[in-house]
Amino acid sequence: MGDLSITAGLVILLFCAYLLWGTGSYTAEQQVLLQRQLIEGGKAGRGHGPGPVRLGGAVALLSIPRLGDDYRYAVVEGVDQDRLRMGPGHYPGTAMPGKIGNFVLSGHRTTYAAPFGRIDELQRGDRIVVDAREARYTYRVTGRRVVDPTELGVIAPVPDQPGKTPTRATITLSTCHPRYSAAQRLVVFGALDQSQDRLKRPE
Amino acid sequence: MYGWIWRLLPGNLAVRVFTAAVLVGLVAAVLWYVVFPWIEPRISLDMAGVGP
Repeated sequence: MGDLSITAGLVILLFCAYLLWGTGSYTAEQQVLLQRQLIEGGKAGRGHGPGPVRLGGAVALLSIPRLGDDYRYAVVEGVDQDRLRMGPGHYPGTAMPGKIGNFVLSGHRTTYAAPFGRIDELQRGDRIVVDAREARYTYRVTGRRVVDPTELGVIAPVPDQPGKTPTRATITLSTCHPRYSAAQRLVVFGALDQSQDRLKRPE
Repeated sequence: MYGWIWRLLPGNLAVRVFTAAVLVGLVAAVLWYVVFPWIEPRISLDMAGVGP
């Protein structure tokens, strides 16, 4: 019996290690594929399904300078379990990067490379840079809040005012809170500050 | 349980230690690469989105 308990303890410890570090290697592999999709011009990412990007396709490249110069994640279309394992996901049906409305992203806090593991460190005014096909959009953080998982208002076109027609471009990042738990959600809000068109490549 | 396995291992002390280490490594690898990836999506401790 003692043997069994010790074994169970060790297995659980190993499982925790797997959650924290093992799951990240899958995300890393998928990120390579998604980022390649973005560089190759979204040939694979566009064209199918209801939105401008098919489920599982790469939407844009997300960088957050506050979280490090090498903080860079390809955003995947879709927020179901399988997509979020690939990287931060874009809620299908919410605005696309830089467009009027709310560009809503969701990402893991502790597992699968934890893309949103440190978004609690973001301060008002911090830049959230979204590199889309056509332009670079720079959002500025406007606020941060902890909400219940059922509070759908935060992903509305105008955050917290469901039903209202948006007049400006905003961004919402959501992840779980507190860390290692799924009890609540940490939500970071931002508004578009600047958009910079990409130079067109001569064809 | 471990005492029983230990007594079943052949050879002298060095060989036994080596075989035991290999066995532990095998079990850990099966857990890490097969069992854990299968279990993890089923318990999903790290929910990120809002909504149902």
